[in-house]
Amino acid sequence: MKYDMVLDPTPGRKAFLLGNEAVVRGALEAGLSLASTYPGTPSSEIGNVLHAVAKKAGVYFEFSTNEKVAMEVAAAGAASGIRSMVFFKHVGLNVAADAFMSTAYVGVRGGLVVITADDPSMHSSQNEQDNRYYAQIAQMPMMEPSSPQEAKDMIKEAFEISEKLGLPVLFRMTTRVNHMRGVVEYGELVKGKPKGRFEKAPSRYVPVPSNARGMHIRLLKKMEEAEEMASTSHLNRVEGEGDVGIITSGAAYNYVADVVEEHGIRARVLKLGFTHPFPRARVREFLKGLKTVVVVEELEPYMEKELRAMAQVEGIDIRIHGKMDGHFPRHYEYTPEVVKRGLNSALGLNLPVGGVKVREITVPSRPPVLCPGCPHRATYYAIGAVLRAKKIRDETIFTTDIGCYTLGIQKPYEMADYLLCMGSSAGAACGFAKATDQPVMGFAGDSTFFHACIPALINAVHNRANMIFVVLDNRTTAMTGHQPHPGLPIDGLGDEAPALDIEKVVRGIGIEHVEVVDPYDIKETKAAFRRAVEHNGISVVITRRECALIMDARNRKAGIFRKYDVNQDMCTRCYNCVENFACPAFYRDEEGGVHINPYLCDGCGVCSQRDVCPFGAIEEVKKE
Amino acid sequence: MRPYGIVYAGVGGQGVLTASSIVGEAAIRRGLNVVMSEIHGMAQRGGSVVAEMRIGNARSSIVPEGEADVILGFEPVEAYRVAHKGGENTTVIMSTDPIIPFTVSVGKETYPPVEELVGALQEKFRVVTLSAVGLARKAGNLLTANVVMVGALTALPGFPLDREEMMEAVKVRVPPRFVEVNLKAFELGYEEVSRCL
Repeated sequence: MKYDMVLDPTPGRKAFLLGNEAVVRGALEAGLSLASTYPGTPSSEIGNVLHAVAKKAGVYFEFSTNEKVAMEVAAAGAASGIRSMVFFKHVGLNVAADAFMSTAYVGVRGGLVVITADDPSMHSSQNEQDNRYYAQIAQMPMMEPSSPQEAKDMIKEAFEISEKLGLPVLFRMTTRVNHMRGVVEYGELVKGKPKGRFEKAPSRYVPVPSNARGMHIRLLKKMEEAEEMASTSHLNRVEGEGDVGIITSGAAYNYVADVVEEHGIRARVLKLGFTHPFPRARVREFLKGLKTVVVVEELEPYMEKELRAMAQVEGIDIRIHGKMDGHFPRHYEYTPEVVKRGLNSALGLNLPVGGVKVREITVPSRPPVLCPGCPHRATYYAIGAVLRAKKIRDETIFTTDIGCYTLGIQKPYEMADYLLCMGSSAGAACGFAKATDQPVMGFAGDSTFFHACIPALINAVHNRANMIFVVLDNRTTAMTGHQPHPGLPIDGLGDEAPALDIEKVVRGIGIEHVEVVDPYDIKETKAAFRRAVEHNGISVVITRRECALIMDARNRKAGIFRKYDVNQDMCTRCYNCVENFACPAFYRDEEGGVHINPYLCDGCGVCSQRDVCPFGAIEEVKKE
Repeated sequence: MRPYGIVYAGVGGQGVLTASSIVGEAAIRRGLNVVMSEIHGMAQRGGSVVAEMRIGNARSSIVPEGEADVILGFEPVEAYRVAHKGGENTTVIMSTDPIIPFTVSVGKETYPPVEELVGALQEKFRVVTLSAVGLARKAGNLLTANVVMVGALTALPGFPLDREEMMEAVKVRVPPRFVEVNLKAFELGYEEVSRCL
């Protein structure tokens, strides 16, 4: 199996692991018993690995309905005395935040590690919030690894620290660490306890005001203890010697270390891995004899502010450079170039930056597109046709959600007008239905529907919002790599599980106009949307067809290779297929003839329907 | 030793990450340090894919601009797109088979002539071109074009791993029933570049 290498029992073995794979290995070396998540890039592979190996490793693992539920499941695991881990992307912690905050108050018995995967540069996210501040709001110890090896080793420490303090530990990673591959040396695998036991102690676990007041005082005391631990931790170490100091953490450390070494900069580098509480004693010691210190960290000036506050309180006379005096940027991920430019600016150095410039040629962009065969394309195509015929296409407000179907923002579909977060398609649709007289249509995928749409749909029913809600049900969590969700008959361990029926759920909350259609059947899909548009009040259309990538993989295995092509004698070059259906397998030759690229066509055949090609010119390629 | 930098650039579905993982596997087997960056973004099918790798004493998995020893371009435009990673001693190995982006097929953008891209790169770098798809077809399976590129990379003077080590890594990293055809693809890529140099 693809991920079995993380189960290799041989200590000392070296493997080329992704940061996310290394996290799982570290947890298995720490005696993990329970793990939960909701998939989100850049953390997704942690879940993929556990989905593949948890059962063999004797770990309970689940894909929870959403991050808040995942957080609560893992907190209960830790309260029962077993080592538990919960992980999600940075914005997932927003969803989990309510539970997360209280977990610091009630504390843990078994170790609890909460992994946040931040996404500087927003490779696959709607923002680049810096989740290190969550450690401050919640009063929680925090660690930040810089490489896969460190991620693996630090996870073990995180569990130890969590149990010593009786607090969860926030484990903050970023895309360049989650998706960095490096050499990882294995330690011993340790089998976790299969089950825990919950010892009742309401004064400890139930933060009603009278209990919570005491909890807050205890938490603040624990944080003093945590600061001492951080100050003496080997995770906060000094490298090199010089009159200039550099304080750095996470991925930024990698660039600093390489630049300092390669250019022979005489600098003393404090590499922080245990970053909350800010290890003041350690930093105080580090600053001795230095006249200048530069803070190099991605995103917000978290360490820089701590350092400046500390210098002010303690009257330390030192020049501090970083983002707050304009030498380093506060946005996007760092690179060796960003670090060199920043050091040049802060220290008056002259490090060379950049490669050679090649003659400028305008090259085409290559944005991600809905795949050939994607059922969402068929859904968008059918809806566009219906709304144009009703002359309400431009007037309709399309609220969208987080998933592949967000690509509906692209031409020619252009059905993504408003997006906030997971589930906002439904909540914002309620708002637009009340705030305007425009038609409103919301889009969410099946996994997103379970994640956060149901409360908003209940809201729509109760408050009589007039809207159409579309569930693009492709039978998987596609964008993050095809993880299961509550609508599928399989769970996180790979066992058979009860599959919830989306239609029954929406009918159960009181929505009466509900239709389920196969979007591959354009005619039927159009008919369903015509009925939905004509319906007064809330209506739900579930367009159900499995993700094309899953179908493709199955066909490849079975040796089925269906292809379509354009019959040039029948094609009138109306270009409806290229311009309105817009499957990426279509292309025009230099004379204007339309063809289908056989390497891209996945044989779905949707384009051969008269609703796409009215001239019947698109035909299946006959096998010779 | 200065780390050896490789930038792999192609299109989703071309097997760019599999190719880079073969090189990583070989480096580990030799006992060399290796770090690599992969970016798994939104629905990547049809989107640009870049992997950056450094073999040797490096912590940063991003190849600094100017420090790529090799740009391994699985597609002409994608090779050009990462040219800023190149410096004075960079070799570009480029497969000349274009993959036309959808933005071009619908007539919104244009794909420049491949010779023009090669010409611009040649002004600054040593450039070796080959048809990975053609060689993969010759090997017997179009899906081995990525391993053709790995073979081509291995033939470069200065590449820190030798041919046998790389072939062992191919065997480990591809499914058992495709080992033979991939080794053939590797050989074809290797020979093609050896001949050009």
